[in-house]
Formats: sequence, structure tokens, C-alpha cells
Amino acid sequence: MQVYADNAATTKVSQTAIDALLPCLTDKYGNPSSIHSFGQAASREMENAREIIAQCLNAEPKEITFTSGGSEADNQALLSAAAAGEKKGKKHIISTAFEHHAILHTLDKLSKQGFRIELLPVYQDGVVRLEDVEKAIGEDTALVSIMYANNEIGTIQPIAQIGALCKERGVLFHTDAVQAAGHLFIDVKAQNIDMLSLSGHKFHAPKGSGVLFVRSGSVPLINVIEGGAQERGKRAGTENIPGIAAMAAALKESCENLDANAAKVSAMRDRLIRGLEQIPESVLNGHRTNRLPGNVNFCFKGIEGESLLLMLNQAGIAASSGSACTSGSLDPSHVLLSIGLTHEVAHGSLRLSLSEYTTDEEVDHILATVPTVVERLRAMSPVWESMQKGK
Amino acid sequence: MAMNYSDLVIDHFTNPRNVGEIPDADGIGEVGNMKCGDIMRMYLKIKDDVVEDVKFKTFGCGAAVATSSMATELIKGKPLSEVIKLTNAAVVEALGGLPAVKVHCSVLAEEAVKAALYDYYTRKGLPLPEGIEAPCNGDCAHCCSH
Repeated sequence: MQVYADNAATTKVSQTAIDALLPCLTDKYGNPSSIHSFGQAASREMENAREIIAQCLNAEPKEITFTSGGSEADNQALLSAAAAGEKKGKKHIISTAFEHHAILHTLDKLSKQGFRIELLPVYQDGVVRLEDVEKAIGEDTALVSIMYANNEIGTIQPIAQIGALCKERGVLFHTDAVQAAGHLFIDVKAQNIDMLSLSGHKFHAPKGSGVLFVRSGSVPLINVIEGGAQERGKRAGTENIPGIAAMAAALKESCENLDANAAKVSAMRDRLIRGLEQIPESVLNGHRTNRLPGNVNFCFKGIEGESLLLMLNQAGIAASSGSACTSGSLDPSHVLLSIGLTHEVAHGSLRLSLSEYTTDEEVDHILATVPTVVERLRAMSPVWESMQKGK
Repeated sequence: MAMNYSDLVIDHFTNPRNVGEIPDADGIGEVGNMKCGDIMRMYLKIKDDVVEDVKFKTFGCGAAVATSSMATELIKGKPLSEVIKLTNAAVVEALGGLPAVKVHCSVLAEEAVKAALYDYYTRKGLPLPEGIEAPCNGDCAHCCSH
């Protein structure tokens, strides 16, 4: 049995997305900038997609810019907000300790340009505190950027409250909603969101398409990519029509089935959590219920993540981990460290992320396999041996 | 990051040889630390200057398990004069190669064997052979520089 439990990394493309995409390869393949009917057909496809996506977010079509994905959208959001802030002498940016690297590394770049970056703590439950955001906002704050839901531990941030606070204080608010879009309810107007990033391949569209939402009049966009006049001159490059069409269809389908999917998936998630926490010396990472419907993240003491994944892979289970060996650096994931885990415990992490395609049989297989694998690895671990001997 | 492990590495990971402990070991070495996320412990039983038995336990990734397993295979039944010359290169070769980012695991395996030997020689009050020194001092750059 092959169980794909790594939907937080990427998702299987839905039939709906494929159906929207294929005609763009065979019929509507024109360049939207062309005057002729091939181009115009492609252009209509694109504007249709823009309209659909805007509707899903309760935004206006002109507030939607197509990008190559979430990372590009994050980069453009931060650089644009920073540039606008700088013009007004505001060089303070507030974010959190466990943002995606697309945010953190862009903030590093801005820091080298003289911006003061403040990363708020996320505490043991992986949720940022509204009071901390409030205390941090000052006269020179250009932007608050806080992810909607964390990619590793799935915890959901108080976005609507932060949005309201930022509006009250006159500060720009961006949210990296890459993990949330298509899975959690988003309403940029009701939630007072000024900018938002999302990425198609996290909700059953192909890789290579994303969206940057920017509320009309909130901040002028700075180009990350210079060139032709596409996307109102704000994002050059011939538009990825197949990807855009697929992304719109996938987002629409996800949003229409949001509640039903969330109910089904979170039930499987909770069953997994209840099963896996039976394993001795296991730790559930992040708030138990305030997390994405499909996200499960545990640490198993005394063992290491990559070897855990290798054994699970051999049993047909695809998952991920925050261990150093899987991150390619000497440190385990910054997300796990941000919720207070020691290096030792963080190395033994396992992330399972489900989707509406996951079945109960697959959950059964995971529940039958993980404890056995953990036991096998512990039997050969000097760390586990020392733990047992009480050293 | 995709991991290109050879079949031999996968074999030694899935079916590691000589896992366990030796309660009355003649030499025990433990190297690595939680910072790098790899810890290996080697137990040696030595008789008439030959490694009569060897067991290991490892906390670490696929390469860490495979290199420590292969290291025990390479030294079991061998005379000490040979064992003190074990190199990480020999371990990597025996495994049919390792991805570049994982070569440091083989260095740790070599260090684990040498740490066990260090323990053996010091316990017996014997002079340390060349190449046998005090084990891992927690300086990760040492292994990673290979």
C-alpha cells in the first residue's frame, strides 16, 4: 500500500484542475498579450481565473497578481511593503520566529538594507500572541507579516484579530496563506488582510503558480521581475495560463468543499493523533485542535527523523521530518526550535499531512506501522538506551 | 532533499549487522552529539589482540546507521594492528559510496571505533598506538571538513 502523507509539501493534482489545464495546452495556447483570437482566448481564460480566485478570497479581480508560486508572492509582498515604509521613514517590520524561509530570508535581506526586523515568539503551542503584536507595533512599523497557518506544525494564527489590530493602528498586514488557502476559510475584507500569498500546488493544482493579493490602494507593488507589461506592469513574463486556469479551478473546488473536507480530514487527523500519542515518550507538536485539518506533527524521543522516514518509505508511507539530516544543515527545523524543543527532541520529528484523498485504510496502515518503526529504531539507539537507564 | 543511497547502504540500514551491547566490553566508545544529530556507541570484546566481538548502537540518519554497521563488519575478527588503521574512506568504499553530504557519517563511524580502542588501551594502561586519541570533542567542523 502506498500512502501519501506529505500534502503539506505538495499535493496530487485534482481531476478538476487537470480538466481546466489541458485545453490551455491544446486549444487556448495563445499568448494573452497577442491581439489575435488565440491570444484573446488565453487572455479571457486568465481573467476568468482571476475573477474566480478573487471571489474565493472576497477580493476584487484587480487585486490579484499571478506569480510563479508562494515564494515569489512572499518576496514581492515584503519588498513592496518595505519600500513603501521606507518612503515614510518606517523601517520596522514585525513577523514571527517560525515563518517559511521565503519570508525569513527576504527579511534577512531587508535587515541588511537597514530594516529593523522583530520576530515574535510562538510559544510552546505554536501560536503567536495578539498582545505581543500589539506591544511590538510602533510609530516606525512598516509592516506586520504573520503566516496564516504554519507549514510544519499546522498551527493556525489569530489572523482576523491581527488584521483588526493592524487596521486600528494603521499598519500594513500581510499573511503568508500558502498552507491555509483551500483548507481554511479566508475573507480578506472581513479579516482586514492587506496582502496575502498563496500557492496552487498546496491545494491540488500543479506546481508553478501562485497569487499575491494586494488590497487596492494599500501599497504600490515593487517588481521582483522586470520586463514586459504583464500583470499591470508589476510582474513581467508571459503568464502561465495552464497553471493559472488549473489553480483557479482547484481553489474554487476546495473552497466549495471546505467544510466537508475539513470535517473529514480533521477526523482522520485526530484519530492519528490519538493513536500516535500512545507511543511512549512521544510529543505532539503545536496546539492540539487549533491546527490545519490535515496536519499531524510528533516528536519521538531517542530516534532520528531521516531514518524514521526511510523506514516508513520502505513500508509505503511518504512523510516528512524536521530533523537536521532532512534539512541539510546542522540544526533541526527552526519551527521546532521556535516552540521550545531541544535539538535532541527536534531531531526525532515526524510530520504527516493528510488530504481529502486520504482514506481510513491508509490511516490504519500508518497507525500500524509507525509504532513498530519507532520501536525498531529505539532498539538500536544509544540515546534511547541511556534514557531507559535513567542517565 | 532527495537521498541517493546505494543498495548496500540501504541494506545496512534496513538490516544492520551487530546491533546491541556487550555488557562486559573491553572497550566502549561514544562519539557525536545532539548538535549534529548523530551519536554512535561501539562496544569491543578483545582477546589475544583480536576483536573477538563488536556491537554498536546508533542514533542518526540512514548513513549513520549504515556506516556504523559496516564499520563493525570491517573490524570483526580482525587483529588490533589492522583495526587501528581503519579509515572512513574504507567504510565509504565498502558501502559503494555515500552522497557527499553524508560522508561525515563515515568519519564519525571511524571515530567511534577509535574511541572504543582509546578506552581499551587506557583501561589497560597500555601506550596509545598512533592515530588513537581522545574521542569526539564536540567540534562538528572536524568531521564535516572531510
